[in-house]
Amino acid sequence: MTARNVSFTLNGKPATLAVEPRQTLADAVRQHLGLTGTHLGCEHGVCGACTVLLDGDAIRGCLMLAVQAEGLSITTIEGASPPEGLSVIQDAMQRHHALQCGFCSPGMVLALESLFAHTPCPGEDDIREAISGNLCRCTGYQPIVAAALSVAEKNRANLGAAAPSA
Amino acid sequence: MKPAPFDYEAPTTVADALKLLGSHEDARPIAGGQSLVPMLAFRLARPSLLVDLNRIPSLSGIEEKGGVLRIGAMTRQAKVLASDVVKRHAPLLVQALENVGHPPTRARGTIGGSCAHADPAAELPSAMIALDATMVIAGSGGERRVRADDFFIGAFETALQPGEILVALELSKQQGVSAFLEVSARKGDFGIVTVAARVAVKDGRCIDAALVLGGIAERSVRCAEAERILKEQGATPKAIDAVLAALPLDAVTMDSRSASAAHRRRLIPELCRRAIEAALASQVTP
Repeated sequence: MTARNVSFTLNGKPATLAVEPRQTLADAVRQHLGLTGTHLGCEHGVCGACTVLLDGDAIRGCLMLAVQAEGLSITTIEGASPPEGLSVIQDAMQRHHALQCGFCSPGMVLALESLFAHTPCPGEDDIREAISGNLCRCTGYQPIVAAALSVAEKNRANLGAAAPSA
Repeated sequence: MKPAPFDYEAPTTVADALKLLGSHEDARPIAGGQSLVPMLAFRLARPSLLVDLNRIPSLSGIEEKGGVLRIGAMTRQAKVLASDVVKRHAPLLVQALENVGHPPTRARGTIGGSCAHADPAAELPSAMIALDATMVIAGSGGERRVRADDFFIGAFETALQPGEILVALELSKQQGVSAFLEVSARKGDFGIVTVAARVAVKDGRCIDAALVLGGIAERSVRCAEAERILKEQGATPKAIDAVLAALPLDAVTMDSRSASAAHRRRLIPELCRRAIEAALASQVTP
């Protein structure tokens, strides 16, 4: 099958790629744009390593075809990181030692970005639900949850919001 | 783990989608892709043409009209899960969706896609049967309506004919209280056993009941005898014992390395008891 052009917003900038219909979004950003922060683990929707944001919501990059991105806004881990230094979530993950091998980390960061965008002060249950589709084989998840809780705590202090009742 | 080549079209109307599906013998519609894309990756599915339904606006949305809730087949599971009108109108659907996948799969996965895929261990078919939903199907000859109980035929098999598209689900206002419980290896996994329970109690009498088991056979199993006992004897502790004794345990055919048929049979009565009790405990008199 011949390649076709697909145009979408990638990390805030317009992008046009020539892709085969069978190419997944995760493969396309890695192979055509060299954005290899989007990791591919299982390639069938189980592990969450390929998580990207679609209009702000975490989705599986391996379960969306690149051609389907036409006109949509995609954010990869490269777009969720500041040009220098670390994002708030990345910084919290570093401080809490929330990664060892780092393979799941881009997906974890984006799953949490999506959570915090909707829920600035999530409780532990919200956090565990948000990362429930992301496998980590190193940390046992506790440091990741602790990192996310520390971000929630910081947001709560900044917003002066009450602690969640849950 | 890469799909075989296929062609791709993204029509913007149902009529165009039907035309495209009719134009290729092995064309397939793609909804949220959360089941079909893995099947493509494993090359379990090798369509020559994928007809993407994601660009058809009329297939998405939640609308309540004349006591009937119509949910477009392409409405994302996350949207349905977060919908107040669905929570009011058909709480069992929300209870089922809480067990479907994870936030990222629900952000893309659709309500109709899961039904049309008809995985025997999926939650939504059981919920649709327990809610007595009507499945609205479009084909070249126009629209037709099929009761959920007649729509789900077997494993990955529905009343959808080649070239047809599931366009919407219609739900009458849910009668009674409900609960959806399941046993799965991890939260978000497919169920080893799932139970959808709905009980309508009025003036101490049980006027309607639905008890639907999933994950145990080729398709969800409606527990007709158990429902009859509930309706006859009411949702009393004694009746519940009789209900549990009348469950169709011989319907269990699923038998896998991770969960034997015997294990599933042991799980069913306790899960049913908990589901009925959870439903009754959620009773809020309007």
